[in-house]
Amino acid sequence: MSEDRSLSFVNRCRRSRSFVVGGVMTAFLLMCAIVSLFWTPGSAYDITIANRFLPPSGAHWLGTDQFGRDIASMLMTGTQNSIVVAVVAVSIGLFIGVGLGLLAAAKRGWTEEIIMRFSDFSFAFPAILSAIMLTAILGPGGVNSILAIGLYNIPVFARLTRGSANSIWAREFVMAARASGKGRFRITFEHILPNILSIIIVQATILFAIAILAEAALSYLGLGTQPPEPSWGRMLNEAQTLMFLDPMQAIYPGFAIAIAVFGLNLLGDGLRDVLDPRLSRKR
Amino acid sequence: MTTENLPVPVLEVHDLVRHYRLPRESLFAEPGHVFALNGVTFEIHKGKSFGIVGESGCGKSTLARNVMALEPTDAGSVKILGKEVVGLSFDQLRPLRQHFQMVFQDPYGSLDPHHNVGRIVAEPLAALGAISKTERENRVRDVLQSVGLKPQDISKYPHEFSGGQRQRIAIARALITHPELIVADEPVSALDVSVQAQVLNLLKDLQDEFGVTYMFISHDLAVVEYLCDEVAVMYLGEIVEKGQTEDLFSSPAHPYTRILLDAVPKPGAGKKRERIKLQGNVTGQTERRIGCAFQDRCPMAKDVCREVKPPLSPVAPDHLAACHFSDSVMKDGL
Repeated sequence: MSEDRSLSFVNRCRRSRSFVVGGVMTAFLLMCAIVSLFWTPGSAYDITIANRFLPPSGAHWLGTDQFGRDIASMLMTGTQNSIVVAVVAVSIGLFIGVGLGLLAAAKRGWTEEIIMRFSDFSFAFPAILSAIMLTAILGPGGVNSILAIGLYNIPVFARLTRGSANSIWAREFVMAARASGKGRFRITFEHILPNILSIIIVQATILFAIAILAEAALSYLGLGTQPPEPSWGRMLNEAQTLMFLDPMQAIYPGFAIAIAVFGLNLLGDGLRDVLDPRLSRKR
Repeated sequence: MTTENLPVPVLEVHDLVRHYRLPRESLFAEPGHVFALNGVTFEIHKGKSFGIVGESGCGKSTLARNVMALEPTDAGSVKILGKEVVGLSFDQLRPLRQHFQMVFQDPYGSLDPHHNVGRIVAEPLAALGAISKTERENRVRDVLQSVGLKPQDISKYPHEFSGGQRQRIAIARALITHPELIVADEPVSALDVSVQAQVLNLLKDLQDEFGVTYMFISHDLAVVEYLCDEVAVMYLGEIVEKGQTEDLFSSPAHPYTRILLDAVPKPGAGKKRERIKLQGNVTGQTERRIGCAFQDRCPMAKDVCREVKPPLSPVAPDHLAACHFSDSVMKDGL
């Protein structure tokens, strides 16, 4: 029986093209990040002015930048940074946002009003603007940019969770659970959460991509990761002044960001097909 | 349990009132109300089946939810095994809930798709408190057997079952605590006719075996006639007629009952029957009115019906009706 279920699960995974392609792209990113922890083709930190603007070669796969740092190594190390920021930021939003959303749906009434109006309030500010505002107050830096992106994620998750939880609360099996004498807290964890988990996972994957993008944007503006830590966003910024001298320097990090965001979006889309076949669009 | 010679009824509902507040239309307007239940009174004795019939919007399901203490009641009393449940908190009610369970209408919506059958059926036990795993499994197996499912179904998921089997699972869930009362809200209306008969027979067999009492809600008169000892007909949140099933079906005393019975298709082709069709829809749920609730749609409404509300009064032994002209309805029809 459970074999049957897992078999059809694997089948659905294999049949969803976006899941496979997105999964491969995301796995590639993860691999880059993990490998860069132990080994990089060159050095992402050492400044050797004599090596500046080298073209791609066996020693420097993608060439070097204006300080002679190895671009391939910087991209790989930057992946670590992007993934850590995205994981922590999405986790902050996930735990607090989902918690608030479940609370709002379980309590209804004033609790729901307050939580939802509060999240409407934070939606009124553009994400990047509030992130800039926060880093302006707290000071630029990796941790603060994580915090800014994470805070922005909270209302996104709270809204989604509350909306889908409300629709589950209206189902008859929840009424049956109440007729058995189960309390709201217990119903939330035994019935509501398992039924909305797939929606939340899909949303988390997509917000993961947005968080990577946001981190790159903040670093580009100089508010995120600080030198000498390599970061895709800052590489873009530094390459901007050399646009006509060495355009490839801007194209590489841009390409890395594009792959990450595209891969994660595909993965989220594919996960939707795999986890909840009813939600998938007919193709 | 007994006070005198008479045993305490399993369910006593007295003057139950439930009004829903509508959202305000404007800041300065008084919010409107839906008068879903306007003083419903009845009692059900042990081992009996009590049917409640009426069209959509007459308050049948609201009545079920209020009897099950699933929403706050505005006024009146519900006594289960002589114990008042209105006004108790959710936590106070929990230990009492093993005595009254519910079977829902839609077997596709009333089972959590993420839980297996064992977990679904054991839910009322789990809510009561901790019991050992083996004891729980044994009880689930027993109850699955009594509703005609296999013990090995325990680890399957709801999507692997047909509608009728799913409703058996829902019945098993209601039975597992050995309740005195099972409230069944349209338990067969979502099923195919052939499956309906199986489920109804199962309900009857279970009653013989365990002596459970049913409060059976339906819009299908044939189903009620088959299963129930007593029937109450509801209209606009009130009981308009109540009696033994045979009495009520053979000599209805309220025009509404008469019209409902006329609407039941009868086998036999060609023969045109004299019958009165009900005009219009249920009206007046949101207003309080003077006189009889049925006045707008009644073919024999007179002036007195618009001025005086007819009380629910006896027309025969064990047979009550709320109509000024119940005598003539019983004798001559409409």
